[in-house]
Amino acid sequence: MTVTSRKVQGWLYAAPTAVIVGALFLAPLVLVVWMSLNRWPLLGPAVLNAPENYLDIAGNTLFVDAVFFTLKYTAITTVLLSLVALGLALLVQERRPGVGFFRTAFFLPGAVGFAAAGLLFYGMLNNDFGPIDPMLQALGITDEPVRWIGTPNMALFSTITLVLWRFAGFNMLILLTGLQAIPAEVYEAARSDGANRWQILTRITLPLLRPTLALMLILSVTGSLLAFDQFFVFTNGGPDNSTVSMVMVIYREAFFRFDLGGAAALSVVLLVVLVAINTLMLRRLR
Amino acid sequence: MSRYLTLSALAVLFLFPLAWSGYASLEEPADYLRMARFGEGLGTYAGNSVLVSAMTVAGTLVVSALGGYAFARFDFPGKNLLFLATLAILMVPYATILIPLYVLLGYLGLQNSLAGLALVFVMFQLPFGLFMMRNAFEALPRELEEAALVDGCGTFRAFAGILLRAVRPALITVGLFAFLASWNDFFAPLILLNDGASFTLPVAVFSMTSQTMGAIDYGMLQAGVMVMAVPCLILFIVLQRHYVRGFMSGALRG
Repeated sequence: MTVTSRKVQGWLYAAPTAVIVGALFLAPLVLVVWMSLNRWPLLGPAVLNAPENYLDIAGNTLFVDAVFFTLKYTAITTVLLSLVALGLALLVQERRPGVGFFRTAFFLPGAVGFAAAGLLFYGMLNNDFGPIDPMLQALGITDEPVRWIGTPNMALFSTITLVLWRFAGFNMLILLTGLQAIPAEVYEAARSDGANRWQILTRITLPLLRPTLALMLILSVTGSLLAFDQFFVFTNGGPDNSTVSMVMVIYREAFFRFDLGGAAALSVVLLVVLVAINTLMLRRLR
Repeated sequence: MSRYLTLSALAVLFLFPLAWSGYASLEEPADYLRMARFGEGLGTYAGNSVLVSAMTVAGTLVVSALGGYAFARFDFPGKNLLFLATLAILMVPYATILIPLYVLLGYLGLQNSLAGLALVFVMFQLPFGLFMMRNAFEALPRELEEAALVDGCGTFRAFAGILLRAVRPALITVGLFAFLASWNDFFAPLILLNDGASFTLPVAVFSMTSQTMGAIDYGMLQAGVMVMAVPCLILFIVLQRHYVRGFMSGALRG
């Protein structure tokens, strides 16, 4: 077969990919930048007003608060999620009888959709309907219903619990792939040199796990910075807008305030920040 | 022994919410009857979800199998650029792309359309799908294809008749990920669908929490959660091996 016809054929097979990527990814990417330069109401014609949408961001107190809240949420979630996932992975890393069951048990919440998980917790932590309050009271831990999503701190705590439940198994699976790549001989050599468990963990396991940990951190930071479902479904941003994430502000800007141009400007800023953070993390962690 | 005690206690913690939700939804069977009649009716929402997921899975499989074959076996101008552009989808926040897609799909007459939503899902699945399928085709021995070509088959006959069968495990993995993503996604349908009759399950069940008249029906809500969760739990348990393999080879190195 001639080289040219192979080239044409290659293009034909790749054409559907090119169409999807071009029309549904690259075109919107250009459009969002253009939208951010316009006054673009949900209905009605767009008018060029650059750079007003960007200048408005500094005065958008909801967004500025959301930036701080999202960063705080990202930091807490990433630390806790890493610790829990690492603990789980270390517990199930060795092939023993029954370990497969436990791995599945820890991962199973990850098969449930995030929105469904949020609605599940919404019912489970409800003071009248859910089982948690009666259980805590029966055990004598609390003597009145807990305001799970009634105060800013409790709402954050409950949301992080939901996220840990839903994603710990997923991150455990990531870490397991890294743990299994560490050769058994390394552990044996360390043990015969008289290393204790803590030394093995800090001197051998964690350093060798570094690339996998880096990947998990990047996924966790990215996912947390883009948090939406957990707050929209579970806390609805409350109480008093204390749990409004950045993506939630974008959504409100577009579909409650009908300002697609403003939402586009925020989206562009979010994209730039995310790419910057990821590049920085890749540099530091690799 | 203490390790197993710890593991068991943790397993109870992780499984308890699922078990409770199942129990709470079944406590009164009427929960399911009320849910079936909620809004436009459960049949409509579940039908929409099934339709969107089926279109997403089919679209993802076709596009990523063809694309994976192209990237594994052919050289063509712009190849690397297209591959990078596809992987770049992973770098861009969901919201950044959905706000303009809402406008763009309107231009294309695909506003509030399940087909439009499925196309968007296919796009989001492409980085993983293309990566998985390219690796799967690359792993096949070239002789498999060359034998067919010598026999006078065109590349397409070789592809459709022989190679596709050989990459079936990768297809199952890509299909499973596409199903879980499209069945469960909340943000994209929330933005792209605006008419109750076209809602998919996550958006429809979520709307149970914002009922204007009367109190929230928590039993019905958990019944809705179960309708969404059970198919995923079953699929995951049945196809767990494929999931974990896809995870190791594609999701991680991607």
